[in-house]
Amino acid sequence: MKPPLLSIKGLTKVYPGVVANSEVTFDIGDGEVHALLGENGAGKSTLVKAIYGLITPNEGVMEWRGVPYAPTAPSEARATGVAMVFQHFSLFDAMDVAENVALGMDNPPPIRELAAKITEVSHNYGLPLDPSRMVGDLSAGERQRVEIIRCLLQNPQLLIMDEPTSVLTPQEVEILFRTLRQLRSEGKSILYISHKLEEIRSLCENATVLRLGKVVGRADPREESARSLAEMMVGQSLHTPSRAPAQPGKLLLEVTDLSVTSPSAFGTSLRDVTFAVRAGEVLGIGGVAGNGQDELLGALSGELRTAPDAIRMAGDPVGATGPTARRALGLLCAPEERLGHAAAPDMSLTENALLTGAYREKLVRNGFIGWSKARDFAEKIILRFDVRTPGAHVAARALSGGNLQKFVIGREIMQRPSVLIVNQPTWGVDASAAAAIRQALLDLAQAGAAVVVISQDLDELMEVADNFAALNGGRLSAPRPVQGLTMDQIGLMLGGAEGGETDAAA
Amino acid sequence: MDFSSINPVTLIAMLMVAATPILLAAIGELVVEKAGVLNLGVEGMMITGAVSGFAVAVNTGSPLFGMLAAILAGAAVSFIFAVLTQILMANQVASGLALTLFGLGFSALMGQSYTGIVPPRTPKLDFGPLSDLPVVGRIIFGHDILVYVSILLVAAVWYWLNYTRSGRILRAVGENHDSAHALGYQVKKVRILAIMFGGACAGLGGAYLSLVRVPQWTEGMTAGAGWIALALVVFASWKPWRALLGAYLFGGITVLQLNLQAAGVRIPAEYLAMSPYIITILVLVVMSSNRGRRSLSAPGSLGRSFHAAG
Repeated sequence: MKPPLLSIKGLTKVYPGVVANSEVTFDIGDGEVHALLGENGAGKSTLVKAIYGLITPNEGVMEWRGVPYAPTAPSEARATGVAMVFQHFSLFDAMDVAENVALGMDNPPPIRELAAKITEVSHNYGLPLDPSRMVGDLSAGERQRVEIIRCLLQNPQLLIMDEPTSVLTPQEVEILFRTLRQLRSEGKSILYISHKLEEIRSLCENATVLRLGKVVGRADPREESARSLAEMMVGQSLHTPSRAPAQPGKLLLEVTDLSVTSPSAFGTSLRDVTFAVRAGEVLGIGGVAGNGQDELLGALSGELRTAPDAIRMAGDPVGATGPTARRALGLLCAPEERLGHAAAPDMSLTENALLTGAYREKLVRNGFIGWSKARDFAEKIILRFDVRTPGAHVAARALSGGNLQKFVIGREIMQRPSVLIVNQPTWGVDASAAAAIRQALLDLAQAGAAVVVISQDLDELMEVADNFAALNGGRLSAPRPVQGLTMDQIGLMLGGAEGGETDAAA
Repeated sequence: MDFSSINPVTLIAMLMVAATPILLAAIGELVVEKAGVLNLGVEGMMITGAVSGFAVAVNTGSPLFGMLAAILAGAAVSFIFAVLTQILMANQVASGLALTLFGLGFSALMGQSYTGIVPPRTPKLDFGPLSDLPVVGRIIFGHDILVYVSILLVAAVWYWLNYTRSGRILRAVGENHDSAHALGYQVKKVRILAIMFGGACAGLGGAYLSLVRVPQWTEGMTAGAGWIALALVVFASWKPWRALLGAYLFGGITVLQLNLQAAGVRIPAEYLAMSPYIITILVLVVMSSNRGRRSLSAPGSLGRSFHAAG
């Protein structure tokens, strides 16, 4: 029998205090699209880094077509025929597409030849790309194309893709999948890492499921349901967030013609954003990253000031007031960037709890901090939101992304907001914790708060939101009820075509 | 006031000489910053180069040996900075300031016995009759070798950064060290080499001061030239040819200030001495807005320490 393309046997990688991979064994054959499934922290990234030569495993062997394969540097992996598209793009904003591609190759041809090649290959695979554009000006989908083209130019036998669709619109995902299927028909193999189960079911013929560094299951994803795959990943049955039908209450948050200039060079300015949220309602705001999400959160939290009348809370103009005053009124926020924006990395959880909870939880008296109260508050959050940490004295930096996210969201929910704005509430959080966070958001709305969820995860928005609106280039579409909305309509809304108007015309 | 005493040809020839030390230091620092490292120790590296170059030139009688010694000395002190910031992960700003203070003190100690000595003369390049041509003779064919070296260095750095693979890797490391690491480039190695190149250039610039421009050794003789070089890199928005332009502009101001004084203009010399810094502060203000920062193309990872994760 012909040996498989890549065979991984008993691979183990130990970091101080953590076993990232333990006895991982699986094979990838020629022309196979193999899924690597697992929650955050399951050891998927460590495993692919070992295959790509970025880290050296402690134990175990890999074989490439039956020959021992132990890359010590990415250049060795590339020479063997392994290429990788990173989750966080390894691109350089201030350089053009051709230069970025050249940097990912070991023996790049002169830039002019390379540019011609990029144009040719990108058209062959249906991923048009202009080699002379600056990468900083490209959309997330186009940036990913740069990564893919960079890999394809080296004619790899195995393409590793780490969470490739997390930043793409549904239409862009379709284009990507077409390309991947074309690659498979050319006999190339793909190792596909994702936690989006529907994608895996439509693309992959084999799946290896990792949990806490160990292989806990193998499956043919086409034969399984998304739910059974998820349960294999989590190791327990999943709780789907539930809620009673919403009773729209009084108007709590009104945003009218909100226009804000973005403070950052790569940011998107908001233009005439208008929406309203009632008590008990969850408004989901979708959109591809970089379409004004950060600016919208900033304007609502009070970090960016606007005209007083642009934002009203229960009728009162608050557009020109700062974050502390808005918190006093009951408007709380949880931004996307956990380290550095939502939490101060080197401060303890107690101190971080104090940072936003000082006023509403009365943790500060006459300018003096009530440490015991602050600690109690932090411990309450840890308990209620199942934050896995040795205690409230631990620095925020030391928590895993998912655990810190639970803490950050929990901190705001525990302060009983009347309006809560969250951006990417379950980014990088494992499936069961994500379900818990979504349930907490729904419970909050049930209790009479208005909730705005800004997210790039459409499945999440469909699950929690009553109404859906899309941000595109700093403009917000008119909110529409989630019920009855199809993926195609959402795709159009995300792309900037107003769904409402096409309906009116029909 | 009598402006007729200012001869434009002499002025240009003089400003080229005045600009050369800061140009040398600036082009070195430009490469360092393009690699993403902010080394505030330029002043310290220059003065170390100045004293080493002077001492070796006096003892061997050869300005050329002196300049070689200055290059080595500059690279050696910058290596201290490289070890501190790249291997021991010390803060770049603090380490750079420490390097400047160290250099000033160390050079004063080393140079004690050299005060008041005249170094061997660095000859002007002999272009034969070309040097006797009117105007161009003085401006283009009337200098010592380092003036030409500095201009060639600017051209070489420009070509290297933009048109070679290794130059592209250096820019990549400075633009986004995490991406560069993920692609398998050795961020620390690139940065250490860049820092040492910067040190060598600063050392040579210092030696030019003590061996050609002044020429003698006095304590603290760089008198802020290193800081002007640092400002110049920002002013030039990290582009080699603009650094040349900026150096001649700043050099021109220094020379003009002397000439204006001689011509009896009643502007206090301090205003002109301040002007390079005022221009730089203005550039920094523009740069501090993110939009400006991008249009000035500051390296994305400038001043950030690199820790390899995973």
